[in-house]
Amino acid sequence: MEDYILLAVGAILVNNILLIQYLGNCPFLGTSKSMDTAVGMAMAVVFVLALAGIVTWIIYYVFLVPFGLEYIRTLAFILVIAALVQFVELFLKKSIPALYAGLGIFLPLITTNCAVFGVCIINIDEEYKFLEMLVSSIAYPMGFGLALILFAGLRERIIIGRVPTPMQDVAIALVTAGFMSLSFLGFKGMI
Amino acid sequence: MSETSLVQEFTKGLWKEIPPFRLVLGLCPTLAVTKAFDTGFGMGLALTFVLVCSNILVSLGRKIIPSKVRVPCFIIIIATFVVIVELVMQAYTYSLFLRLGIFIPLIVVNCIVLGRAEAFASKQGIGRSILDGFGMGLGFTISLSVLGSIREIFGAGKWAGMELFGASFQPFTFMVEAPGAFVCLGLMLGIMNLFGKE
Repeated sequence: MEDYILLAVGAILVNNILLIQYLGNCPFLGTSKSMDTAVGMAMAVVFVLALAGIVTWIIYYVFLVPFGLEYIRTLAFILVIAALVQFVELFLKKSIPALYAGLGIFLPLITTNCAVFGVCIINIDEEYKFLEMLVSSIAYPMGFGLALILFAGLRERIIIGRVPTPMQDVAIALVTAGFMSLSFLGFKGMI
Repeated sequence: MSETSLVQEFTKGLWKEIPPFRLVLGLCPTLAVTKAFDTGFGMGLALTFVLVCSNILVSLGRKIIPSKVRVPCFIIIIATFVVIVELVMQAYTYSLFLRLGIFIPLIVVNCIVLGRAEAFASKQGIGRSILDGFGMGLGFTISLSVLGSIREIFGAGKWAGMELFGASFQPFTFMVEAPGAFVCLGLMLGIMNLFGKE
């Protein structure tokens, strides 16, 4: 049990996927301009990644390993994720319209979110067992959500401030992210 | 678009639309593999190969691929070339392969490649698509090499493995850690905006 808690804390804070592992930075900068979009994106990522992690893990160990096809995992995973996102979209539209409206345009964007694909690969590279994989597939996107929402809060304040013209928008956002990353680096000694 | 000359098609990737600065796309590898010059440069070359090849195939198939399923088709084309790069790098440049690690398979979801397929190669002829792929890839390689050089020189006091300063040099380790990547890229973007205003 302790191992799983450590793994979860490690994934959320110490190895934060956005700020320490640099995965999923395009949506990080793209959707952090306002709190609403940040929350929508964070929810969509948690939802899809939990599913994608499980499905790709099963596919890897049930279909690819027995036939010695490990080398096409890149191709297989991206297809699975793309199909899964489509499926989730259709399913939510039909059965939980409220959630679908909340996630909105962020669902299709997730196909090209490297955080999702990256965590699926990390699960395989670290040779996680099923339960460990489950914990990591939930904890990593929670770290993503945490960083994204905190950052959106900061960015809403920066827009009000007076930023020199060349540094406006993305440039100042990157520098801000740098200092946030510095604070997350402080968690390094925790585990 | 049709009036732009072939030369412009190539050079726009080098300054006017240089990735990842002008089009803020493909940031993850930019931040992650620029700890040193050689990883940045290797990543740039790998991406250039994928970009050129996928641009060729997308451009060839642009009349056959139905527009409704074009994105999955593009992704399959890109993923195929990424697998090729992965296997080739594993065979010939194993140490670089280990250092780039997870970011080689991640070229699949790199927005630059999919972005160029969608925005350029699916609408233009094959010649222009190749030039566009080379230009963009070269621009990306230059950006990554410069960023990697800056971070390596300040953060480790080396360039491409060579010691630059004497033993008394105190490395500025902030630059090779995660935060240094964000701050350095942000400042470079600011400097480029300062000079590149139209």
